[in-house]
Amino acid sequence: MRELTYREALREAMAEEMERDERVFLMGEEVGHYNGAYKVSEGLLDRFGERRVVDTPIAETGFAGVGIGAAMVGLRPIIEFMTWNFSLCAFDQLVNNAAKLRYMSGGQVSLPIVFRGPGGAAHQLAAQHSQVVENLYAYVPGLKVVTPATPYDAKGLLKSAIRDDNPIVFIESEVLYGRKGQVPEEEYMIPLGKGDVKREGKDVTVIAWSKMVSVALDAATELAKNGIEVEVIDPRTIRPLDEALILRSVKKTNRCVIVEEGWPFAGAGAEISYRVTSGAFDYLDAPVVRVTGEDVPMPYAKNLEHQVLPSVEKVVAAVKSVLYRS
Amino acid sequence: MDRDLMFSLYRDMIRIRRFEEEAARSYTRGKIGGFLHLYIGEEAVAVGAISAIEPTDYILATYREHAHYLARVGDTKAAMAELFGKATGCSKGRGGSMHFFDVHRRFMGGHAIVGGHVPIAAGIAFASKYRGEPDVTLCFFGEGTANMGAFHEGMALATLWKLPVVFICENNLYSMGTPLYRTLAVEDVAVRAKGYPMAQEIVNGDDVLEVREAVRRAAKRARTESLPILVEAKTYRFRGHSMSDPAKYRTKEEVEEWMKRDPIRILAERIYELGVATEAQLKAIDDEAKQEVAEAVKFADESPFPDPATLYDDVYSEAEPQLEEEKVVPLPRRARAGA
Repeated sequence: MRELTYREALREAMAEEMERDERVFLMGEEVGHYNGAYKVSEGLLDRFGERRVVDTPIAETGFAGVGIGAAMVGLRPIIEFMTWNFSLCAFDQLVNNAAKLRYMSGGQVSLPIVFRGPGGAAHQLAAQHSQVVENLYAYVPGLKVVTPATPYDAKGLLKSAIRDDNPIVFIESEVLYGRKGQVPEEEYMIPLGKGDVKREGKDVTVIAWSKMVSVALDAATELAKNGIEVEVIDPRTIRPLDEALILRSVKKTNRCVIVEEGWPFAGAGAEISYRVTSGAFDYLDAPVVRVTGEDVPMPYAKNLEHQVLPSVEKVVAAVKSVLYRS
Repeated sequence: MDRDLMFSLYRDMIRIRRFEEEAARSYTRGKIGGFLHLYIGEEAVAVGAISAIEPTDYILATYREHAHYLARVGDTKAAMAELFGKATGCSKGRGGSMHFFDVHRRFMGGHAIVGGHVPIAAGIAFASKYRGEPDVTLCFFGEGTANMGAFHEGMALATLWKLPVVFICENNLYSMGTPLYRTLAVEDVAVRAKGYPMAQEIVNGDDVLEVREAVRRAAKRARTESLPILVEAKTYRFRGHSMSDPAKYRTKEEVEEWMKRDPIRILAERIYELGVATEAQLKAIDDEAKQEVAEAVKFADESPFPDPATLYDDVYSEAEPQLEEEKVVPLPRRARAGA
């Protein structure tokens, strides 16, 4: 099978959907003439023209709201945030408008809109450019939150997101943009709300999404050397959450570690931990353990940043702790 | 002057006045909960503006939007039922006073975060332009909005992208309890439009015919030239910000002075002057309005509350996206009038 980078997979998903449906357009800072701050939209302006690839000023509230208005009357906008950190300027638009207009109008409008861009830490971008936002948005009923980890997932999930009639928070990763993976030539979609077993194992379930999946997989490889078989579950979407897949795995392994890049307080891992505890209590042989980012604004210094983020070593230690091994 | 038009403007304004008065009574009777922001005193703005546009043009308004809904949709029963939180309300009892919707008639909602709907209005206009459709979007907001970032971003994008939006500032001189001079460093909100730059016009918001004429021109310009414009209507609300506000920050003299300029009375006097109708004829219209509102209250009272089983309905649109090539509706490509 051919290999694409995560960035190319995203671009292919957008191009295919724009080709298929004239209602789909891309809007955001630097998406057109600059070819994308992270080159995700490279070539799309040449292919689709200025009507459908729309450069915006730096005005997140403004262009997020424009997207919402366009979606209210039947267009299917893809709104790119250069990074999800900047979406906080448009938080009101996503939380008060995108998520609620359907409900508070008694179902009179649909909001087929995708907000996308990279989230989480990259390399030494410090406190304002390294934030994990899936927890903020997954809190809100009315939004769906998608966090792909591989090129295959990125393409299949983005196509589903664009065809979905709901507002989607689609969180990519700057660190993953250059990663390669298998992506079939033929068209496919991945349903939102269906997780994926990224590695099978019988001893411990490790739940991870976005770029934490590769951390979990590297930890699993490391642990296999000691005869510990880790099962890596990637929910792929945080909301809706594939609780059934998670519980099935935990009921098999009886042990659960959750790895998330974000802050610990009220993170998605806390919710997953609650669901595992209440849905598989009798199956657990150890308390659920979470590996999270440290509870601080992201520092700039390389060593401190490394200290903040979940690492293979931290995951290995967590897995051993639920096995009561040192 | 068109007799039918004057009659129809008068009818719309008096219906709104009577509706709001009845809403206030029902609120004190405990039939209506939450916040209730009345439009009494400002009727000429919504009625004048909405009478000036096509039924296919879009309207967005604020949390003080009963009048705009009634001027466009006219359904006093669905409006009152919404205030009563009933399943028969125009938003099925999910929205309440601040969130009236009738998307079928392109009334795109009452929005309750100040300024938040300004970019949305630009987005609806963006869609009209994208599709080559001739529709104009009317976006109402208060003068307090002029300090919000969302207001500036929406106005800036509408100007940059030449979007067909008529922004209508309902300047009632108070953002809740704070007078204009303590919140705005300029006297006229319209001045703000100059920097984008966007065309602007100031009108007497108590004169329904003046508002109508200004918005008619603005909508025509938006439609034919695809350009936004800001129309500032100077007006005054006779009641407090909401039912819980006794409005003690205004002097009795000030309120009385403005009540002399009651927009409904101004129109009535005009009608008498021109000999279009007699006092008895206008009273008959008023009586009809009172009767209609009384029936709306009865309808709202007798309507069922929303079924608790529907609580989770419409949080999400349930249609599942499919890989199969479902039919994608091609965009209509009507030529933009005059372009």
